Amino acid sequence: MAAKTIISRPIYGTLSPQPGKHHLFVADAEGALAIVDMARTAPPGFFDGAEIVFIPGADGKHVAALEALKSAQFHVAPTFASLLPRLKQTLANAHMGLRLYLAGTEGLIGQAMQVALEAGIDHTSMQTEHRGSLARRMQCVHCKGITENVTTQPATCAHCGLLLLVRDHYSRRLAAFQGVCINAEDRSEIPPIEEVFP
Amino acid sequence: MSTGTTKLDVVVSDVVPVNELVTRFHFRRRDGELLPTFSGGAHVVVEMRDGDRTRLNPYSLMGSPLDTREYTISVRRDDVGRGGSLFMHRSVNPGLEMVVSYPVNLFSLDLRAKKHLMLAGGIGITPFMAQTAQLAGSGGNFELHYTCRTASLGTYADVLQERYGRRVRLYHDDRDERIELDRLLSSQPLGTHLYVCGPTGMINWVRERAAALGWPAETVHYEHFAAPQPGLPFDVTLAVSGKTIRVGEQQSLLEAMEAAGVDPPYLCRGGVCGQCETNVVSYDGKFIHNDHWLSEEDHRSGCKIMPCVSRFEGKSLVLER
Repeated sequence: MAAKTIISRPIYGTLSPQPGKHHLFVADAEGALAIVDMARTAPPGFFDGAEIVFIPGADGKHVAALEALKSAQFHVAPTFASLLPRLKQTLANAHMGLRLYLAGTEGLIGQAMQVALEAGIDHTSMQTEHRGSLARRMQCVHCKGITENVTTQPATCAHCGLLLLVRDHYSRRLAAFQGVCINAEDRSEIPPIEEVFP
Repeated sequence: MSTGTTKLDVVVSDVVPVNELVTRFHFRRRDGELLPTFSGGAHVVVEMRDGDRTRLNPYSLMGSPLDTREYTISVRRDDVGRGGSLFMHRSVNPGLEMVVSYPVNLFSLDLRAKKHLMLAGGIGITPFMAQTAQLAGSGGNFELHYTCRTASLGTYADVLQERYGRRVRLYHDDRDERIELDRLLSSQPLGTHLYVCGPTGMINWVRERAAALGWPAETVHYEHFAAPQPGLPFDVTLAVSGKTIRVGEQQSLLEAMEAAGVDPPYLCRGGVCGQCETNVVSYDGKFIHNDHWLSEEDHRSGCKIMPCVSRFEGKSLVLER
């Protein structure tokens, strides 16, 4: 669970079953466990109207645990990019009464939220739970390139190579934290690089 | 002068009977200038000088927000109410100089919505007159479902149908026509916001069904215009102003405070906006909370009261005002 620092820094909750007719879960990696934990408090038949979309990640864990929930639909995707068309399609055809649950890394929650916002769901109406890695999705404020899975402070922009201070300043529109050059005055000045978002 | 309710000097420019219960009033600025702009769903508080009494009632602006040469309100006559609507019907004629507050909007459209679904009951149609005009002017997507007792009491139903055609759906109680609410709510595209204005029973019914069908609370908007309920007279001590006042049976606590020269802030005078929230210093008796603002915990605590609609029965009450 990420600590709140500045006002744009997202804070996440704990998934809880909402009233509604259809339930759409989007999760990656350890986010599966948030769904499994929530399932213990869900009313009987809850998953009969549920769809789970899951990105297992490299180690491929937790697929069986989610299958065991016997949701109406269960879909496994290799990356967020690969499930994007499906997610957009689902939301475009959805009616009021669909509830959205996002669990896992901040990158996953932020990007799924971005798609859902465009589809008309207010961010305060979504259930979110952060689980697993603290890795950040970062936008370089200089070249505007997005670098995924940033775990260090400072971090190198994958696009322009600048050394960036990863700020808590978060853009919901981009689903990314802002990275600002940390040694603009003197490029030879390289502060120690630490693993702070494991 | 109360917070957020700067006043406007207006003259009644027209009075138009609409049906057996409803009359429409038009106001223009006395200096001939344009009135302040407003957004659909806004209301003004109309000051009525009724003998030695000043009545202050909120009414929704029902004209188009695109035209601020005049403000229009529609008043439903309530023969057993506290007298404000009767005063409007009997004593307000063209040419009368009156004072109204600046517009305040506690029932605004959420313009992020992809679609606006509106449900009106009876005189609850008035805020939707302005909201539909606003949306029609900007190409917004809306649908209005309007229930009324009989066709002749379907205030502005003809106007709305002529303006918006199939986007308006009417239901008449005397023909046993009912909104198929569950089906209506379940068939709305994602990103729809719901707006309801009408009798309390209707508002509660719609909010309850919407919540059960999975509509997030942030997408459900409603407007109560609960008039203050009469009750037993009671005495109140106001600690800051050092006054002890009596609240009459037909008077609200807020009105009694105003009559005593205390000027608490207000916006809605209907127990929803929170402006007049007042701390209770001490009490011996029981509160009759009629508001929709304070939490149940606040109500139980005995520490707060909304003087616009809530009352008290008991031996003593001291408020911080």
